[in-house]
Amino acid sequence: MNFVWTVAWRLLREGRFQSALILGGVCIGVAVVVYITAIVNGLQATIVERTLSSQAHVVLRPADRLNQPVMPAAKGAIALADVRKRTQRENTIANWARLLQLVKATPTVTGAAAMASGPGVAQQGGVRKSVTLMGVNLADYRQVVRLDNKLVSGQLQLGSGQVLIGKELAADLGLTPGSRLRLQSASGAQDSVQVSAVLDFGIKDLNRRWVLLPLRSAQNLLGYRLDITEIYVRTSRLYEAETLAANLSAATGLTADSWQSSNGQLVTALKSQRASSLMIRVFVTFAVALSIASVLVVSVVQRQREIGILRAMGTPAARILGVFLLQGGIVGLLGSLLGSLLGAGMAVGFSRIAHTEDGSPLFPVALDSELFVSTALIAFAVGVLAALLPALRAARLDPVEAIRG
Amino acid sequence: MADVLLLQAVRKSYGGGASPRVEVLHGIDMALEEGSFAALIGPSGSGKSTLLNIIGLLEPPTAGELHLAGKLASGLDDAARTTLRNRYLGFIFQFHHLLPAFSAEENVLMPMLAGVGRISRADRERARMLLQRVGLAEHAHKRPLQLSGGQQQRVAIVRALMNRPRLVLADEPTGNLDTQTAAEVFALLHELNREEGTTFLIVTHDPRLAATCPRQLKLLDGRLL
Ligand SMILES: Nc1ncnc2c1ncn2[C@@H]1O[C@H](COP(=O)(O)OP(=O)(O)OP(=O)(O)O)[C@@H](O)[C@H]1O
Ligand SMILES: [Mg+2]
Repeated sequence: MNFVWTVAWRLLREGRFQSALILGGVCIGVAVVVYITAIVNGLQATIVERTLSSQAHVVLRPADRLNQPVMPAAKGAIALADVRKRTQRENTIANWARLLQLVKATPTVTGAAAMASGPGVAQQGGVRKSVTLMGVNLADYRQVVRLDNKLVSGQLQLGSGQVLIGKELAADLGLTPGSRLRLQSASGAQDSVQVSAVLDFGIKDLNRRWVLLPLRSAQNLLGYRLDITEIYVRTSRLYEAETLAANLSAATGLTADSWQSSNGQLVTALKSQRASSLMIRVFVTFAVALSIASVLVVSVVQRQREIGILRAMGTPAARILGVFLLQGGIVGLLGSLLGSLLGAGMAVGFSRIAHTEDGSPLFPVALDSELFVSTALIAFAVGVLAALLPALRAARLDPVEAIRG
Repeated sequence: MADVLLLQAVRKSYGGGASPRVEVLHGIDMALEEGSFAALIGPSGSGKSTLLNIIGLLEPPTAGELHLAGKLASGLDDAARTTLRNRYLGFIFQFHHLLPAFSAEENVLMPMLAGVGRISRADRERARMLLQRVGLAEHAHKRPLQLSGGQQQRVAIVRALMNRPRLVLADEPTGNLDTQTAAEVFALLHELNREEGTTFLIVTHDPRLAATCPRQLKLLDGRLL
């Protein structure tokens, strides 16, 4: 039987109505926070995952070729020049094997693939469609972009003379695994290939344009000799891709674009969504803290006599302080447990109601244990802090006045 | 025998600053012998409660010295006074002031729990023994509101004795009890004084009850007669 614990708990139990009010307040507040967090996190994770499902996290490209002045201007002189940007034709990455090794060996990089891409035309039975020819080493590419969940039909293999195409292109040209088609590059080179699989990249435009073919074939068709145009990179630290891009750029001398810089609008939208959900959570937390404080202030006033008698019989002021701080903490903790259950229930209920046309949930809500643990800790701390004012008031109570009253 | 309490020229005044200064106690000198049983009497407003609160270390005197159990107890800070209260003093009030959220036994244990922070088996045994002594053994687990006024006051009395105090201060302990019950409670206080050897200082308005006390201190307009 410990004084602070026993008295705090008894006072809470005794003031049932007040305790119920305060618990209800904390519970609703926590439920709102848990619900919003679960929805926003789930939504954001889904959006990012969908966006990145066919993208590399970092793409390395050749550095822009810059115009170098033939004759530098003399000191103090001003050079007047009409400088035009050079065309970047045939700006490719040579001797890339060493760079690819370097990239693969970089920490947090989980996959890297060489890519030789360029415009082309796919034709079959008189129908011509403009496409993007993407030459890859399939094993490397699959380290960067997951393909097994995109397979519609056929087999994921890319032997010489084989291609993987999107389902829209397959429909447009009437192709199925095993069918043949003719590929042509802008320079006029042609090749006849066979479809090994039809894929769904998740975005219509990509399904219409993307043609994956062996690296060698693409290099031949596009006339790149042994060069490539990009290195695709995947990282285990998705949200540190910008730093990784900067590091890779410095290490290889190539330009590096992170997924964030290639999806600027999306990143801004996600950020502002996160900021507004944070605002809501902060204000709800304040409201919860105020409700705890106001109920406890009333409780201190009501119990003045009891506090006075406890002080008179020799209870140190610090123990009285502890009693009321602990009441705040208990209420915060209990309320957060109930609120977490309620919030999680609401989030799950929401994901049951919100469906896409095909009946699958719009997005999975993100209910991880970390959310509950951090919510409980924050609620406990907020409860204790909110109780500080009432507790100080209780501890400073003059026993003589309290007893006489 | 040694004095458990010694007051020298104790004064108390209220107000000052904006409000007029009122002196309630004008130089009190008194001593209480260990194990004695004294009544403090006087008309309303004479300063009895004020004097008791000063002796009880609940408020500091404006001037003068106070010795409790041989130690100087005036001029101490709140923490030190709190410790002394818990160790050497017991309080009985007119309105019993039991804690409604706790059972009779827990109320009796409270001074120990409040001072030490937790309680031992021996403490529980003492609380039970005390309750049995005042005939409340079978009511030990009842809440105060389930007890009669006299029973509640008996719980408050043994609560004051829980920590084996040197001095028990009672401010009109029988003030809101009927004559019959008041006499019984007073008799009980006499018995406990003999059995536990605790010193009692009791404020009362009832001359017949005061007459049962070996010593009577009369307070008039802030002076002891
Ligand atoms: N905090 C205070 N501020 C100002 N005056 C006070 C204060 N406390 C007590 N007094 C005054 O001191 C005087 C003595 O009060 P006290 O309560 O000690 O009287 P008492 O003898 O106990 O009276 P009663 O028998 O009615 O209980 C009264 O005139 C009272 O108004
Ligand atoms: Mg009085």
